[in-house]
Amino acid sequence: MSVLVNKDTRLLVQGITGNFGGFHARLSLDYGTTVAAGVTPGKGGQLWQNQVPVFNTVTEAVENEGVNATAIFVPPAFAADSILEAIEAEIPLIVVITEGIPVRDMALVKVALAKSQCRLIGPNCPGVITPEQCRIGIMPGYIHKPGRVGVISRSGTLTYEAVWQLTVRGHGQSTCIGIGGDPINGTSHTEAVKLFNDDPDTDAIIMIGEIGGSAEEEAAAYIQANVTKPVAAFIAGTTAPPGRRMGHAGAIVSGGSGSAESKIAALRAAGIAVAETPSHIADALLRIYRP
Amino acid sequence: MNIQEYHAKALLAQYGVQVSKGAAVQSENEFDQALSQFPDDDNIVVKSQILAGGRGKGVFKNGFQGGVKLTRSKREAKEVASKMLGNTLVTPQTGPAGKKVRTLYFTQAENIAHEYYLAILMDREAAKPVIIASPEGGVDIEQVAVVSPEKITKIHVDPTQGLQPYQARQIAFGLGFSGSAFAGMLKCLECLYRLFWDKDASLVEINPLILTREGTVVALDAKMSFDDNAIFRHPEIAALRDLNEEDEKEVEASKHNLSYISLDGNIACLVNGAGLAMSTMDIIKYFGGEPANFLDVGGGADTEQVTAAFKIILSDPKVEGILVNIFGGIMKCDTIARGIIEAARSVDINVPLVVRLEGTHVELGQELLDRSGLRLVSADSLADAAEKIVNLVGEAPS
Repeated sequence: MSVLVNKDTRLLVQGITGNFGGFHARLSLDYGTTVAAGVTPGKGGQLWQNQVPVFNTVTEAVENEGVNATAIFVPPAFAADSILEAIEAEIPLIVVITEGIPVRDMALVKVALAKSQCRLIGPNCPGVITPEQCRIGIMPGYIHKPGRVGVISRSGTLTYEAVWQLTVRGHGQSTCIGIGGDPINGTSHTEAVKLFNDDPDTDAIIMIGEIGGSAEEEAAAYIQANVTKPVAAFIAGTTAPPGRRMGHAGAIVSGGSGSAESKIAALRAAGIAVAETPSHIADALLRIYRP
Repeated sequence: MNIQEYHAKALLAQYGVQVSKGAAVQSENEFDQALSQFPDDDNIVVKSQILAGGRGKGVFKNGFQGGVKLTRSKREAKEVASKMLGNTLVTPQTGPAGKKVRTLYFTQAENIAHEYYLAILMDREAAKPVIIASPEGGVDIEQVAVVSPEKITKIHVDPTQGLQPYQARQIAFGLGFSGSAFAGMLKCLECLYRLFWDKDASLVEINPLILTREGTVVALDAKMSFDDNAIFRHPEIAALRDLNEEDEKEVEASKHNLSYISLDGNIACLVNGAGLAMSTMDIIKYFGGEPANFLDVGGGADTEQVTAAFKIILSDPKVEGILVNIFGGIMKCDTIARGIIEAARSVDINVPLVVRLEGTHVELGQELLDRSGLRLVSADSLADAAEKIVNLVGEAPS
């Protein structure tokens, strides 16, 4: 199987009539994903690309099309509102692609999220893909291949790098989860690791982290205590100067915490195979995992 | 985005936090008018305005000691000010290059009875604002956290409820306040939280916050930074951005929507995606080189942006080689190849160039580069690319 998404996922796209959302909704459809509905306030009643019904509200999309996951491509100023609308409509899986959402808005979203049963992935993430079943987000579909390695990452293209290394070496992925590069996100490394650890069809895990915060250290402690599946990791940002935000809003070493060195040390201490370079992520896993 | 102390103090005053009377100046001929606002018998503090800590312990490149000075008269204040203004201050946080002092802030000296530390920041792990307070002010809070963590009070605020009076009382009691000063501290907390929330701050730090001998609570220093993602809804904060404090190349990059950070090495990199860009710097270092920059051209860069990126990279005289690393996902490799070819027409790329393309339309991109006649070295993996550029730069006659 897989985690989070599969061939039974019925996807809603919030912001489907925008350029960005529409472009990726098309790619998801072409990949074989069931794109069941779109939402753009004011454009309810239209049929997007003669194929997908558009609704004014998320609740209408849930009631009419039975969607069970949503992808949010709404611009940053309005994205939190879209997330809150999806939470209110009780959509079990909410994937937020939008980059640049104010941190204050995410703090409010987290309070609503904690009171709900919904799972939030992102924001500022490439999305979630279960190869050849369901693509939610912006990743290039063809680099993936069905298999038994679960991939978790805070970054987009760096994830593609790792996935591609696996695929060309003949190893497929169960599911790839981009948890996003923002300081406040919906699903942490630890929660994503837990999903893969509980999934009978995932045999090994790759976890890609970067400077900033302490989510990787927390995941390391969780893995040491709970995970027997082989785990390899890579941490980006060894050369990042302190106090500077490296592209991602959450990638910053501040006050001596969040450095790559401390994360790598914590991962190694937990018995996790840490890749020396971004070019050796798959190799680091394949040294400890022989399917 | 960070703002200068005198701007931060103005914001504090606007929100009702008490600050010392002060005046900012940018040139010597403003000294007299600025100082005329203070009574003649006042002691005046002259403060260099730069976006770096450790100003008091800093040394100017002209040999003058201290970027913050207490003076006993207006005449002395002017003397000190003329030694600071326009000169470069080096502090433990500026690096050896230091920062040029373009603005000075004159403030009235206070009669200090006690110094405290107070800050509000967004706790990313808890996803809530956290208030941090300590009865030991004027010193490094991280030091206090190590030496006497029991002195630090930390209160998380539910963002949907805001700061509650009982929480403010907890902090004020934790700091040892009593009597009439207690009420002053509660008001300070309430005002500071409102400012933090209203303005989408990521940090407001007052170190020290003081209790004066007269019993008032006054912010003696202020450091503020704001969430870049929220600046769009605060034009009044955006207007406080100090471009003089930023690297010229970084300012230029931001005009082209490129994410660029200048570093000290000699190997430039041009990458799509922030995580991959950071990793590319790391792998250059792994193979013995030093990265000259972080540069993320984003997921949808066009030829104009790629050309701008090359121009910015090559305007750095330290650069002796360039590594282009593209994992084409949504951005297709042929687009980036066209961008490189176009850039090479308008910019003279006079240093070794290694290009690694992978992903969507990689064959087409490679073919375009091969046919272009450009002098570049192709690489077939990230490790291969990093090794090649490090070797090429190492061999080049310097």
